[in-house]
Amino acid sequence: MAAESGDFRPAASWEVLHLRARLLRRIRRFFEDRGFLEVETPLLSADTVIDRYLDPIPVTLFAAPQQMTEGPRRWLQTSPEFAMKRLLAAGAPSIYQITRAFRGGEVGRLHNPEFTIVEWYGVEDDMRQGMQLLSDLAELLFQQGAAERISYAAAFERWLGIDPHAADGPKLAVVAERQGIAVPDSLPMEDRDGWLDLLLVECVEPHLGFESPVILYDYPATQAALARLRGDRTPVAERFELYFRGIELANGYHELMDPEELRCRNQQINRLRHTDGKPLLPESSRLLAAMEHGLPPCTGVALGFDRSVMLVSGAKELSEVIAFPSEIA
Amino acid sequence: MFSASATKWGNQSVGTYKTSDFRKGLKVQIDGEPYLMIEMNFVKPGKGNAFYKCKLKNLLRGTALDRTYKGGDSLESADVEEIDVQYLYRQQDMFVFMDNKTYEQYELSSDQIDDSWKYLKEGMGCSMMLFNGNPIILSPPNHVELKVEYCEPGAKGDTATNVTKPVKVETGAEIICPSFINMGNVIKVDTRTGQYVERVST
Repeated sequence: MAAESGDFRPAASWEVLHLRARLLRRIRRFFEDRGFLEVETPLLSADTVIDRYLDPIPVTLFAAPQQMTEGPRRWLQTSPEFAMKRLLAAGAPSIYQITRAFRGGEVGRLHNPEFTIVEWYGVEDDMRQGMQLLSDLAELLFQQGAAERISYAAAFERWLGIDPHAADGPKLAVVAERQGIAVPDSLPMEDRDGWLDLLLVECVEPHLGFESPVILYDYPATQAALARLRGDRTPVAERFELYFRGIELANGYHELMDPEELRCRNQQINRLRHTDGKPLLPESSRLLAAMEHGLPPCTGVALGFDRSVMLVSGAKELSEVIAFPSEIA
Repeated sequence: MFSASATKWGNQSVGTYKTSDFRKGLKVQIDGEPYLMIEMNFVKPGKGNAFYKCKLKNLLRGTALDRTYKGGDSLESADVEEIDVQYLYRQQDMFVFMDNKTYEQYELSSDQIDDSWKYLKEGMGCSMMLFNGNPIILSPPNHVELKVEYCEPGAKGDTATNVTKPVKVETGAEIICPSFINMGNVIKVDTRTGQYVERVST
């Protein structure tokens, strides 16, 4: 490993570092050409996205350097979503940002706890328009044509022969067993979303995006996060993700506008975090205030920049495209 | 593989590792047997639970196991320790070693020693893995020098290395060597592959 103390050199080659700079320029030009305004928002905020499986890193704004752990709590942002939506509610046009995001506990071939995120919001865009914009950007970055679109249900039907919106936990468990994948002993039968995640990661993702990029859309309503729901009988979340060469690159929502619904989801997620033994996250936020005021209809997307560089350069691990990945940072 | 970075866990009493501690090289216990984590792949859907796909090697039997854990799971740590020992002698089916630091003696059966007997000379330094204080794996040095005790004479002037023959070395083992090796030569052998490396002296 390159973690020898005294080894100061970057993990990424100069060739890759030049590629990063080129791709950043290309992305900025892409959004400038479409009239998006570049914005900057805080990395440290009193608010944080409330997600069952995203763990924001806490920081204190200490008053005295002798007591660095005392003082007001701030969160390193897991994405700039809350602050960018505050700008939208305050009258921003379509906006984009290239910034850092931080996610605790995420280290691996495709994860670095600190990473570069490209996030944008197209005002008045519905999900179809949001997917089109994402496809255009993917075409620009990877030059493998427009993104193919396939619904979450169609993908599960195609590679597993099941309806992910109808199957219950035990049914999904049987499918996992039939697929011969290693299953965590601790995954509860009733954790439907857990089984869907496992099947997605093991049996669906490995097929996505080998000819052209792929956008998966219409997620289960229970995985809506901050997306709005559509449909009455079997509601789906207007959420979509970009995949290329089996790797998840971007996540988008036709954004939820209803503050009451956000309040409910926040409470529900905090209850689940509590059962997971994780710290609760602040439910009241300036985002709620912004949504009370009124968020314009919009579609927002966050793209992992480092993973995109990885795929453009042909690297196998994120650590090959980051100058100083976590272990040598 | 079981070098400095791994041994720092050796003296730790049995505890648990959380998924956030999972990484290659970790020694854990499953159903009472010690395993080495030889691969660890963190996979996580952007908005879903994290999964830790692990390949684990059973340190007693050498078999591999694929297991997936989810965020929040834990594994018991294995009380595995690596020590430097000296090979003392063989007594029938048992090989006797001494801990260089504590002078404590440990015995391994020929089954446990497996092919390593071929390289053991009295007084040789080896490394030994203990599980709950009992020896489980012996690793001789990567390269050992052994004296040739018997072999058929090689063809005169034949220095080609692609013509080979078996030779019997001082430990009683048979090693495949180039045909120019003669009795009394000392040869270097790679203990990981069992292969002849070079002639050290004639």
